Amino acid sequence: MPPDPPQRERLAPALASKQMPCESHGGSPFERAPGALPWIARMRGTCERFAERFRTPIARGRRLLAGLCINRMLQGCLILVACLAMFLFVVLPLLQLLSKSLADRSGHFVGMDNFIRYFHTPALSRSLYNTFFVSAFTTVVAVSLGFAYAYALTRTDMRWKNLFRSVAMIPLFAPTLLHGITLVYLFGKKGIVTTGFFGALQELTGLSLGFDIGLYGAPGIIISEVIYAFPQATILLSVALSMTDARLYEASEALGASKARTFFTVTLPGVKYGLISAFFVCFILAFTDFGAPKVVGGNFNVLATDIYKQVIGQQNFEMGATVSVILLLPAVIAFAVDLICRRRQVAMVASKAVPYRPKKHPLRDGAYFSYCLLVSLALAIFLGTAAVASLVKVWPYDFSLSLENYRFTQMGGGGYSAFFNSVRMSLYSALFGALVTFCAAYLLEKSTGMQTARKVAYLLSILPLALPGLVIGLSYIFFFNSPRWSVFPLGLEIVNPFHFLYGTMGVLVISNIVHFYTVSFLTATTALRQLDKEFEAVSESLGVPFYKTFARVTVPVCLPAIVEIATYYFVNSMATVSAVIFLYSADIPLASVAVANMDDAGDTAPAAAMCILIVVTSALFRWIFRGISGRLSGKTQLWTVR
Amino acid sequence: MIRIPAEEDSFLCVSTVTKRFGRFEALRDVTFHARRGEFLCVLGPSGCGKTTLLRVIAGLEAQDAGEVFIGGIDVSRLPTSKRRVGIVFQSYALFPNLSAFQNIAYGLKAGKETRKNINERVAGLLNLVGLQEMGGKYPAQLSGGQQQRVALARAMALSPGLLLLDEPLSALDARVRVMLREEIRRLQRELGVTTLMVTHDREEALTMADRILVVDEGRVVQCGTPMEIYDKPASSFVASFIGSMNFLGDAVRETGNVYRIGNVRLEVENGAPPAPLGNRVTVAIRPEDIVVRSADGLRKNGLCARVCSLEFRGPHYRSTLRLHLGGEEDSSTIHADIPSEKIRRFGIKENMDLFVQLPADRIQVYAA
Repeated sequence: MPPDPPQRERLAPALASKQMPCESHGGSPFERAPGALPWIARMRGTCERFAERFRTPIARGRRLLAGLCINRMLQGCLILVACLAMFLFVVLPLLQLLSKSLADRSGHFVGMDNFIRYFHTPALSRSLYNTFFVSAFTTVVAVSLGFAYAYALTRTDMRWKNLFRSVAMIPLFAPTLLHGITLVYLFGKKGIVTTGFFGALQELTGLSLGFDIGLYGAPGIIISEVIYAFPQATILLSVALSMTDARLYEASEALGASKARTFFTVTLPGVKYGLISAFFVCFILAFTDFGAPKVVGGNFNVLATDIYKQVIGQQNFEMGATVSVILLLPAVIAFAVDLICRRRQVAMVASKAVPYRPKKHPLRDGAYFSYCLLVSLALAIFLGTAAVASLVKVWPYDFSLSLENYRFTQMGGGGYSAFFNSVRMSLYSALFGALVTFCAAYLLEKSTGMQTARKVAYLLSILPLALPGLVIGLSYIFFFNSPRWSVFPLGLEIVNPFHFLYGTMGVLVISNIVHFYTVSFLTATTALRQLDKEFEAVSESLGVPFYKTFARVTVPVCLPAIVEIATYYFVNSMATVSAVIFLYSADIPLASVAVANMDDAGDTAPAAAMCILIVVTSALFRWIFRGISGRLSGKTQLWTVR
Repeated sequence: MIRIPAEEDSFLCVSTVTKRFGRFEALRDVTFHARRGEFLCVLGPSGCGKTTLLRVIAGLEAQDAGEVFIGGIDVSRLPTSKRRVGIVFQSYALFPNLSAFQNIAYGLKAGKETRKNINERVAGLLNLVGLQEMGGKYPAQLSGGQQQRVALARAMALSPGLLLLDEPLSALDARVRVMLREEIRRLQRELGVTTLMVTHDREEALTMADRILVVDEGRVVQCGTPMEIYDKPASSFVASFIGSMNFLGDAVRETGNVYRIGNVRLEVENGAPPAPLGNRVTVAIRPEDIVVRSADGLRKNGLCARVCSLEFRGPHYRSTLRLHLGGEEDSSTIHADIPSEKIRRFGIKENMDLFVQLPADRIQVYAA
């Protein structure tokens, strides 16, 4: 390969010039004057010092030019683009939200007035307390249930582990609205339990066995949120429990410690951070959820429903923004604590641990088996109730099977067009989400240089996890809807270049990508970290640009993770209500929003039917994505077969 | 710092390179050169900066000061792709979804070669590393040694001027490692490519290198042929890092080439300039250089020693000897490797007194 011109000049005197920096400058006329007069020597020295002062920056400039590698520049630009996008779609909308919360209706800055008003309105500030109460209650119950379930899955030798693991994940597919609706069928005014199987039990036994748990309000919300948070707690705790070092248990046993002592000195400290993480995640989920309180909240107000009522009911955007900020703060704090805990957890497992293999123990295994069976049955009955309710003619009077509820005629929400819009939106979210997320994760993980920009982008990638859907939705209204942005303290106004997106599929897809970005990003990062960190170095030494290696090696090897990310985007985009309920337009109705609207209108059975459609579609697409992944893997992942 | 004068045929030249990571100085003022076709080993304990040095030469890290010249060209600011270096990483970094053939052809496809030429070139390379039949296999289907060869072939595919090997053998088991040592050396000679290998294994360095560069705490502490490094270690660090070495502290140069430890006087004739008179120094000798004598003759550097323990090592015994030095250094112990044959002939047992000789030309002297 021919050297670049500036280098060729430096060929021969390379070393010599290093050791004798002044001699290489050969053109001086004074050089041929041996034994020259002292003043000539002095002058020569001055000249050379002068020349040296100019030569160094020139040489440096040349080197810089030679070092400017087109690939590095491209990478740098892409990182900057990623940073800019994160800034545009995460930071700016949040700033808009914040500035709205500090302004009055006419847009004048009023400082903390809105917040003061909030806390002086008992009807409003009461919900803050309610939300904390419900979330704390949910967290304790969900984490306890999840811990026992995860313990059974990881630390016992019971049967049907895989089945139990799958059943526990079912709630992840459903919108939380479904949990509320099912509860209505079970515990509502005419629910199965409330009426004692519609009086059947009374006829059989002669006793009044129906009882009313007072569903509408805190109990309903708590039960829904527990079901919603339970899978997440189980996942987090299973991971933590399966990472504990078996050698510690052997040591504890060898030292003659009792079971209880082992539990408190080995098991609990081992999962400490996982447990803290589970607590905070469950808390955030319950704290920010909108679907369940919407259906079974009744007069029990929480922050999420308050935002909705302020914005949709009273068109009071400023108070909506204020409540959003109040909702956001605890979520961000919980998120920050969780982040720190996860770091510690990673640090703890860095040593080479021996995986724990549970031994047989009939009594314990039996007990845990019964427990898991009970929980799984409860979940199955729960989902089954909704399915049955959606498939019968008129609950609870006519139990003959019918698809009447699936016709969605003569009711609001949009019916099948809403459903297909949701599928379309979810497909776009899956496609673009997976693409954007994986590329961004690649750039942040595998490029060199731009340290600061990469750190900032990483932080911004983690942040969306702390953003409740409603907050994203509301801030996007502010961000996309106004034709002009006012630069807050300056009173300047600039044209909003993204205004055209408002009310389109685009803004829905963007909000979904941002809403579910963090988990996808972390999945991609984990997959990328498993690749050899020298792939990029190897391709550079072979003169292959990074984007070719990305296409030929990185993407094919990470394909399973990419499909996983796409599935995650799809499933969550199908089920989400919170972010999109502010953003959908009349032209683009959505399935999950239709559920909320139909439930509002009292059409509970069609709402349940739509939920079932969502769950089935998600499961179906998950299966299709798996199939695609398997097909592609058959071609690109031959290497895994030994 | 060791200054190495520039030579006419130096191919790789590293000049006063310094690299910092935050406040940590990974490389300090590193200067050395390698001749065309030379096999140079960079040897040092883990964390001494040797891999950083390789990455700076490859262009994967930018140095904070100093220059790197390859083939006389200043490549200090050039990206890796323009430096014409082939790199084999410790992990090999073979692309798992590409076959051995595709891995080797990876860099060739970037150029404007015809398919036929590429196929011939790759077949040639596969042949060179003895994997003619393995082209279609994926890395996961190859053994560690075979993966290593594919990585080597891939690095050589673009006929680089400089081959950089980062601990290429450390992931292999001992038997394969010894076999591949010879193989790499043979390949390197055949291709005549200037090679820099980073290793922490002294045996690897001693057997493979034309010259060894010993690095400690980011500095070059010695540079020389394996024999020079082993026989005349420049410092007590080099001496103990490469092989075992006995150190007898608290010696003082008395006159000429005579050093005194306790009541014992030792003559030293190792060719090195003597230490300043009266300074405290450390005298050092390798265990295998200590000679056991049948009787205390009038030979110079003879000493009386008691056998404290004997450890069987097959061809020889590693013995621990207590020397009677007199004075404050009375209870010095040293290790000596005594051939098994001698042990049998002299009937040497533990707690026996022996006469040993420290040959004057095998003794090293270091500043205390």
